[in-house]
Amino acid sequence: MSVKTLEIDGRMLTGRTGETVFAVAWDHGIQIPRLCHVGGLSDVGACRLCLVEIEGRKRLQASCLTLIEEGMVVKTATPKLKSHRKLIVELLLAERNHVCSVCVMNGECELQDLAASHGVDHVRLRYQFPSLPVDTSHERFGIDHNRCILCTRCVRVCDEVEGAHTWDVCGRGTASHIISDLGEPWGESDTCTSCGKCVQVCPTGALFSKGKTVAEMRKDRGFLKYIVTAREKKQWIG
Amino acid sequence: MDRVTGKPRLATVWLGGCSGCHMSFLDLDERLIDLAGRVEFCASPLTDYKDFPEADITLVEGAVANTDHLSHIRTVRERTRTLISFGDCAVTGNVTALRNLFKIEDVLDRAYRENSTVVIGIPCGNGVLPRLLARVRPVHEVVKVDHYLPGCPPSADTIHAFLMDLLDGRAPSTSELRFG
Repeated sequence: MSVKTLEIDGRMLTGRTGETVFAVAWDHGIQIPRLCHVGGLSDVGACRLCLVEIEGRKRLQASCLTLIEEGMVVKTATPKLKSHRKLIVELLLAERNHVCSVCVMNGECELQDLAASHGVDHVRLRYQFPSLPVDTSHERFGIDHNRCILCTRCVRVCDEVEGAHTWDVCGRGTASHIISDLGEPWGESDTCTSCGKCVQVCPTGALFSKGKTVAEMRKDRGFLKYIVTAREKKQWIG
Repeated sequence: MDRVTGKPRLATVWLGGCSGCHMSFLDLDERLIDLAGRVEFCASPLTDYKDFPEADITLVEGAVANTDHLSHIRTVRERTRTLISFGDCAVTGNVTALRNLFKIEDVLDRAYRENSTVVIGIPCGNGVLPRLLARVRPVHEVVKVDHYLPGCPPSADTIHAFLMDLLDGRAPSTSELRFG
C-alpha cells in the first residue's frame, strides 16, 4: 500500500493512501475535536467540529471526510477554527434543551466536555427551548430528544454493526429528529434487537439505560473495536 | 471601593435559583474569614436593604423568572462595577428555565391546582406577588454580564479561585469551568 506524506500543524507526517486527514492526525497524537465520528463506523461529517484549514482550498474541510494527499498542508487549531468550533458548540447547546445539571450523563458527556475545553462559559445565542418528547416505551432504554445533537452515531451503529437499521433521521432543518422504524414508539419497533449499541455510542444523554438517574449513566465504547476487529481480522482483540 | 474601609465591596444576589450556589459559596468555609478581610460584604439575600447598594463585584445566582427579578437585576447592574453570572441558572436558565417548554397557564395549574392539597387556586396577591415572565431568561439576555461562572453549583474551590483572580486584578481563568 502506498504512503503519502503531508504536513499537519507544522509536523511532517505519513499516512496510507485512502486514510483521512482526521485519522492520520489522531494516529500522531493531534486530537482534532469531534462529536459524530466514532472509531469503527463510517464518517458523515455531521457535526463539523473536525473542520480544518488546508492550504490552497478556500473552504474549511471536514477532516473526517477529507482523504490525505501528497504534500498537503493542514492546520487544525488556528484562531479561526477555534472560534468556529466554539460557535458550533454554542449552536448545539442553544438548539435543544441540554440541561446538564439534571442529565444522566452529567460529568461524562462529550458535548459538555467540548464546551469546557473550548471555553464555552455561556451561550451567546438565544436558547430555542423547543418542546420535544422523551420516548421510554422500550423495556430497557429511553431516548430523550431534548439532548440529541443529530450526530447519527446511533443510526450508523445500528445499520453498519448490528445490521438492523432501526434508527434513521426524519424531517428537515430544525425539525430533523431521530425515529425508530417508520416513526413508531421504540418499544413497538419490529426491527430493534435490544442490543443497546446505540445507547453506548451516543455522545450525550439522549440515549440512556432505564433506571439511571442524574450523572449515573456511563457508556462503554470499547465493544465497537472488538466487533470491528473481529469482522476485519477474524480476531477477538480490542 | 468602600469609602470607610478602602476595600472592594462584594455583593451577592439571589434571583430564580435554588440557593445552591450560595450554599457552595458558604462551602468556602475558613476561606470566608480571609475573604471577609479582603472585601466589604455589602449585600446578600439575607441583608435587609431597601435600595441595593453600590458594589464593585456582584455575584448573581439564578435566572430572571419574574417581574421582580427583572427590575432588581436592572438596578443591580446600574450599581455594580463587575457583574458575574453565578451558576448555571444565571448562565443558562438551567432548571429554572425548564418551564419554558410549557405554557405559563399550564405551569401555574400544575403547581397550584393539580398538585395543591390545602389551598387550591392560583394566588393573585393583589399586586404584591410578582408576575412570572412568559419566558425564563439567563441574566446576560437581560443585562450586560462581565464574567461567567457556570456549574450547578460551581464548586467552592472554583468560586474561590475565581474571586481571588478578580481581587488580584487577574483575568479569571476559564479552564476549569463547565456546565452541570
